Amino acid sequence: MLLSMEHLRKEYPNGKIAVDDFNLEVGKGEFICFIGTSGSGKTTTMRMINRMLSQTSGTIKINDQDIAKMDPVKLRRSIGYVIQNIGLMPHMTIQENIELVPKLLGWSKEKRAQQAHKMIELAQLPDEMLQRYPGELSGGQQQRIGVVRALAADQEIILMDEPFGALDPITRESLQDLVKHLQEDLGKTFIFVTHDMDEALHLATRVVIMSQGKQVQVDTPENILRHPANEFVTNLIGEERLIRAQPNILNINQIMRKNPVAISPDKTLSDTIDLMHEKRVDTLLVTDDQDKLIGYIDLDDVSRNTDTATPVSQLMNHKVFFVQDKALIGDTVQRILKLGVKNVPVVDDDHRLVGIVTRTSLVDIVYDALRGAPATDEQPASPINADIHAAATREGGDA
Amino acid sequence: MMHFLATYGTQLIAKTGQHLYISAFALALGVIVAVPLGILLTRMKRGANLVITLAGVLQTIPAMALLAMMIPIFGIGSTPAIVALFIYSLLPILRNTYLGMQGVSPTVRDAAKGMGMTWWQSMLQAEIPLAAPVIMSGIRLSATYVIAWATLASYIGAGGLGDFIFNGLNLYRSDLILGGSIPVILLALLVDYLLGKVEFAVTPKQLK
Repeated sequence: MLLSMEHLRKEYPNGKIAVDDFNLEVGKGEFICFIGTSGSGKTTTMRMINRMLSQTSGTIKINDQDIAKMDPVKLRRSIGYVIQNIGLMPHMTIQENIELVPKLLGWSKEKRAQQAHKMIELAQLPDEMLQRYPGELSGGQQQRIGVVRALAADQEIILMDEPFGALDPITRESLQDLVKHLQEDLGKTFIFVTHDMDEALHLATRVVIMSQGKQVQVDTPENILRHPANEFVTNLIGEERLIRAQPNILNINQIMRKNPVAISPDKTLSDTIDLMHEKRVDTLLVTDDQDKLIGYIDLDDVSRNTDTATPVSQLMNHKVFFVQDKALIGDTVQRILKLGVKNVPVVDDDHRLVGIVTRTSLVDIVYDALRGAPATDEQPASPINADIHAAATREGGDA
Repeated sequence: MMHFLATYGTQLIAKTGQHLYISAFALALGVIVAVPLGILLTRMKRGANLVITLAGVLQTIPAMALLAMMIPIFGIGSTPAIVALFIYSLLPILRNTYLGMQGVSPTVRDAAKGMGMTWWQSMLQAEIPLAAPVIMSGIRLSATYVIAWATLASYIGAGGLGDFIFNGLNLYRSDLILGGSIPVILLALLVDYLLGKVEFAVTPKQLK
């Protein structure tokens, strides 16, 4: 493990417990977001990693080395550090700012300059900007420099304390893209403190939800959205966001109808009509003896023929649009809607027919996503939403 | 005026030199003591008020009295004058250093430490450069005071341009009074101007 934190505890002299039994293992290239209300201990925890604060008990190890035994100055030079108010030195040029840690580490002048040019390019800012002063740059540009400055000495771990909190939404988004790029393409490891749930869900590979110094839930954004650990998490995420996130976290097999009506290709036309009549449907899916989807037959095909003994295999359409049961709803909905089909068969990995998605069930999902949370007395359209809705209103009921 | 210069020219230059020497010496001592002390005070909040008040009290001692008090300790001559002027120079420098250092944003301090600067590096590379304009304006203010008050140093035998003024007062010679006062004023203005230049030079570009 690149970074491991065991039983961290921070207690202030006045008896206030800021962090209580915090445990986390972070692998290389992970993007960890600490999120929680103010006073939840997220910043305190982060600041213990570069010994800006010292823990009351517990250990932090980087590459299996206990940081309490390291020289704090050397430790801090090896860890990138970005703070909310940017923290560029106002009396130094951008170049001097970027070169700060390399200079502390004693890099040669040429190597430093080379790195500065590389970093400004990484920040997607013009090279001439190196000679400017921080005050001449916009807030977003300054924080771009703040971010790349944290990498200038090839730091592996980068700590960020609500770095984009003070930026407007558009600038914030472009900076989020920048750090995501640094994590994904350069393999940097981020510990990112935020109170913005959208930001955490967007950036993190794992989210650490904290409340009153304790970890409430540690999981991937998808899992947190899918299974919020408790009411606190549900509240923190927000009902709106849970419902809106559904198309992107739910699989088709969670909304499909199971046991669709199917017929085998060796049956005859009369069998088909009988089955359609019995099940009150106008389309039958055709499956082989291993339940694999091979086509469909609808009322048009049936009515065009008069010979009731014709086998299904001669009448069926072989071209059939289907979706995988593990596909995300969001990706699938648009394709289904665009094709204008009424029903879509769902198949598993072995191409076996496992269910069917009707347009009606999609409408429910889209409706909820667009309309947001249904009013309290209203029944949610889809059954999955009903669960979330129920969980959320249980909390609302307490208030 | 030409007559005055012809008669007292060489004397005037010598006295100006003495005046400048006393002032510069006192100011230099003031800077050496008050700047580090002011920086130190920002690190110990409790002592700060006490020390600044003490410096304020010293400032209120009448100049003549302070000079007179120096005689039993240092005798007469330039030494007691320098010590007395040094005491006067302390407060503006001390107070401005303290305020200047306190004015450095905690963000900068946090960033400097977080990036792995040692205490000294943070001081020399970040905090002092940022506080420099405020510290410099304190030094500038002190310099003007010290030059003006150095006039009184002649009273305890330290020499300087005060000699002209005291002689003029004793002899009812207004030309001597003016001949001493005008150079003091010019000197004060010149030093203030030059230190103003220095202040501008140490101001971080971005804050100009």
